[in-house]
Amino acid sequence: MTEPILRVENLTKTYGDLEVLKGVSFDVYPGEKKVFIGPSGTGKSTLLRCINLLTEPDGGSVYLNGEEVTNSGRKINDYRQKMGMVFQNFNLFDHLTAVRNVELALLKVKKMGKKEAREKALFELERVGMLDWADHYPAQLSGGQAQRVSIARALAMDPEVMLFDEPTSALDPELKREVMEVMRKLAAQGMTCLVVTHEMKFATSFASEILLMEKGEIIERGKPEDIPTSPSFERMRAFMGAYTEE
Amino acid sequence: MVDISALTNSAGYLLEGVLVTLLLVALSLFIGFVCGIVLTLGQVYGPKVIKKLVGIYVWFFRGLPNIVLLFLFYFALFPFMGLDLPAFFVAVTVLGMRSAAYQSQIFRGAIESIASGQMLAARSLGMTKWQAIRSIILPQTLRLSLPGWSNEYPVLLTDSSVAYVIGVAELLTRTAQVISRTGEPMLLYLSCALMFILLNYGGMMLIQLIEKKTHIPGLGPEGGEA
Repeated sequence: MTEPILRVENLTKTYGDLEVLKGVSFDVYPGEKKVFIGPSGTGKSTLLRCINLLTEPDGGSVYLNGEEVTNSGRKINDYRQKMGMVFQNFNLFDHLTAVRNVELALLKVKKMGKKEAREKALFELERVGMLDWADHYPAQLSGGQAQRVSIARALAMDPEVMLFDEPTSALDPELKREVMEVMRKLAAQGMTCLVVTHEMKFATSFASEILLMEKGEIIERGKPEDIPTSPSFERMRAFMGAYTEE
Repeated sequence: MVDISALTNSAGYLLEGVLVTLLLVALSLFIGFVCGIVLTLGQVYGPKVIKKLVGIYVWFFRGLPNIVLLFLFYFALFPFMGLDLPAFFVAVTVLGMRSAAYQSQIFRGAIESIASGQMLAARSLGMTKWQAIRSIILPQTLRLSLPGWSNEYPVLLTDSSVAYVIGVAELLTRTAQVISRTGEPMLLYLSCALMFILLNYGGMMLIQLIEKKTHIPGLGPEGGEA
């Protein structure tokens, strides 16, 4: 068996009296697509942010390729590059065109030369079908386009894992599709993905494993093809049913 | 009869006064700008004690009239510290520090209107907090601040004449001196007023030009702050 690319051990996080994460553990192997579902406010987004330490977990550990990410001090900036993150609200830099959004971290963090960075940025924009929009500002893009640029921005750092935090929640149905297309393409290229989503259809067709979270814990997990029949996925079926009936 | 020679004979002297006023305003604006940014970063990103100190600073400098501040520093605080400083230097320092208090609040409003998600996104790409502030937060802050900032120039320009009270040889001081020599208040005060209006107008045009040149779609008042 290969080594896990990412290991999450017993992560805990508390906000005031609220235990958002109650000791979450799982391993992610290269090329896996783990999709986290569950009611709102059950710690899914917090979990993703604790993995790259955008939110500091209270306890537990995260390992990337066997190296500890938690308690890594200044090295955290190296690890973050290897874990690309995509946000619900895109979070593009409003004062920079699409291509400059993608190349900024290449210049500042990877210290690439201008020409090299520009080439890489254009390559990544092409990968998400946004090459024609390279010189547009975020305000001139649709939500779906903006999200694709933000995916290109994360991909430019050559991450080993991609973290998607509700990447389609802020988009209307038609725009969701174009973002999902890009994600599928990435997955087909072998990218390891962790996704938080409320899109049940997408989850079942995309995931290699679906994990149901409730009240800060993973309560059921399994392959999407086993969910409709296996007796151990009762809660999952109820939750997914409630969502697709909406 | 108005004696026009009262003006023409002193034109050079008065124009020098215009230069002194311009220099006074430009230096004060610059000090206010640099210190204002430092204050803002302290207030927004600094530890609690820094936030508190900045709050006290802003409260102090915005709470006192210019003339009181000038007297306080020129006749009391600096001499008490054993410093014998030229009036021009004291005026620039006081106006600059006061402007810093105002400018810091313009910048703070702008920073707070920038979505916090951009900082998160920058950190998620491996940028340090300082890199994110420099390449993402500050450029947007400055653009978003321009409308508020364009108000700071005329305020500082008109406030600058208060330097008269400690004897800085700026436009008003020199105008008053020429009047006492020639006894032509109407002509000289009118020309003094005209100079201030022209300085005001020129500066505003320059700021508008900068606003236009640095405009980015979707950023700033026209595009709405997304």
